[in-house]
Amino acid sequence: MPEGKFCNKKPVETEEELKALLGDTGGKEYYEEMKSLDVDSDLLWKTIQNTLKSRLKTWLEICAHCGMCADSCFLYLINNRDPKQVPAYKIQSTLGEIVKRQGKVDNDFMHMVMETAWAKCTCCNRCGMYCPHGIDMGIMFGYLRGLLYQQGFVPWELKIGAGMHRVYRAQMDVTDEDFVETFEWMVEEYEEDYLGLEVPVDKEDADIMYTVNAREVKHYPEDLAEAAILFYLAGENWTVPSKGWEQTSLAMFAGDWAACKLQVESVYAAMERLRPKRMVGTECGHAHRATVVEGPYWAGRESGQPPAPSIHYVEWLAEALREGKLKIDPAKRLKRPVTLQDSCNYVRNHGLKDVAREIMSYIVEPGYFKEMAPNKEHNYCCGGGGGFNGIGLYRPQRNQALITKRDQILSTGADLVIAPCHNCWDAIRDLEEEYKIGIEWSFLKPLVISMVEIPEHIKPQE
Amino acid sequence: MYDFLTGPMFWLSLGICLIGMLVRFVLYFRGLNWQMDRVAYKAYPAQGLKGALRSIIKWLIPFGTHGWRKQPFMTVIFFGFHIGAVLVPLFLLAHNLFLEEKIGFSLVTLNPLLADVLTWAVVVSAFFLALRRIALPEVRILTTSYDYFILLISVAPFITGLMARYEVGNYSFWLMLHILCGEALLIAIPFTKLSHIVLFFASRAQLGMDYAIKRGGMQGKGMAW
Repeated sequence: MPEGKFCNKKPVETEEELKALLGDTGGKEYYEEMKSLDVDSDLLWKTIQNTLKSRLKTWLEICAHCGMCADSCFLYLINNRDPKQVPAYKIQSTLGEIVKRQGKVDNDFMHMVMETAWAKCTCCNRCGMYCPHGIDMGIMFGYLRGLLYQQGFVPWELKIGAGMHRVYRAQMDVTDEDFVETFEWMVEEYEEDYLGLEVPVDKEDADIMYTVNAREVKHYPEDLAEAAILFYLAGENWTVPSKGWEQTSLAMFAGDWAACKLQVESVYAAMERLRPKRMVGTECGHAHRATVVEGPYWAGRESGQPPAPSIHYVEWLAEALREGKLKIDPAKRLKRPVTLQDSCNYVRNHGLKDVAREIMSYIVEPGYFKEMAPNKEHNYCCGGGGGFNGIGLYRPQRNQALITKRDQILSTGADLVIAPCHNCWDAIRDLEEEYKIGIEWSFLKPLVISMVEIPEHIKPQE
Repeated sequence: MYDFLTGPMFWLSLGICLIGMLVRFVLYFRGLNWQMDRVAYKAYPAQGLKGALRSIIKWLIPFGTHGWRKQPFMTVIFFGFHIGAVLVPLFLLAHNLFLEEKIGFSLVTLNPLLADVLTWAVVVSAFFLALRRIALPEVRILTTSYDYFILLISVAPFITGLMARYEVGNYSFWLMLHILCGEALLIAIPFTKLSHIVLFFASRAQLGMDYAIKRGGMQGKGMAW
């Protein structure tokens, strides 16, 4: 059973292994080794027998092959209606075949399955809304990714990502110390502009425990300061945990369920330790999906809920604006055509369509907000969801996928896209870089800060 | 032959169909697994039930969902096929006369003209369903001979029924063939994709619960199917 040095069935467990894998730039050697990676058919079939329960089994069996899912899939539409991009075909020709052949598939087949699972499906779950039988192929692809991960057929970046969670309990090599130091440093940078600004770390029994996306710490630290400023201006009693602060889960994209559990349990442990009234997560879609929607199940919580009520940033912000904790200066509202990107992970998959629009009503001058079509829970994926953004091997396919969102944005006539989701934000940035349509894109935090009223006692003394 | 088909064979096929459907339905729900499916079914029974019913009912209404509205032609032939396929076998006058004689019990019956229209709708829709499989690349790629077999076995009792109804050639030949096809269909239901007769409701209920309990239903608004 030829297992490679980098490409194998073993998860990355140590910092050393992680650094070695990262050293293989672009996964060159990793993908070379994958070409001779054996399929453990017995393990594959045994896993399927143990985990393929009646829901998935029935979905595979009763699919009427009607093709009604085709038009629901943006990847089908944007790839010239290639029949091989029909969701039912994609899942039947991969998971369906593996089940039919009782796991007896070869390396070439697994390469095809890997590409289908990560480059032909973003797990946006839109197809499930258009299937008369209610067959959600996004869920099946999530399951399939788990099987692929177990067999070692996983894109290089996601093997690393899952390893990061295992080693650092974060999607990047950001330690707990890095997190606290960066947060404190960023707040110091702004304390002259906002008198009394601070970041309360590990405060017990606060009203809000705030969790973030590790890349904010590593690449966009001003986001942390912005969060602190808005909580402060709103007069919130808030805190961040020094451990269990990372809300995201690349392990979920990778199908590494054990790492998903480890990651989410670190956040839940922080909730149990600090006993906040609520958790508020940052402007990230998959982080919310992982920690709030799916996480309780990985952690074995029968209630299906995290230990503390947990909300997305858009929910907190809508509430703060509604209750007047944050006041917008009407003169500073956006007076340019603005559109909103609905993140699949918390709009389609967690029903937050209305709060996001409520925020628009406060920050955009009436008449300037333009809806995309389709929108809300029927919106298309940004083009980079489910890990697609981060996989170098599938970059050409991802760039093709971005065209859907590009055209959706263009037909709104908006020149600013508000994207309260890291993945969507990245995809929209990349589509501007790739196709140059002259748009700007933004999270909510910087926009709100630019127009929020600052109480006198917080303003700097001149 | 007629006695055999309307006697032991009738009871056998009906029994296999009903018990088989019940077994499949029960097994489906017994096989649901809150942790594997990641849906807290038991924690929110009322929410779950509401979501399940909404998910089923919305899809039973022609043009009632985004999916149906997106594909009007499919919607017409789909409902053209299914409405007749459900109503005619159950409520046809001749079937109920047979039932009355057999067990002394019968259901309400369809107006004969309406029954004719529905039966023709089944046959014509089945023709277009088959044509759709050939004509549309996105359906063709999915289609296997098994799909045609299912369509054929489903429509055969209606075609043979019409032949008997209009007494084309030998009436008793068509009647016999009609009964045979009908019983073959009954027997096939639990063992083939035709199990969707019950599993449609099961699967829709599951996704409805999923959305109602976990994926946003708790936010107060139901999924806009």
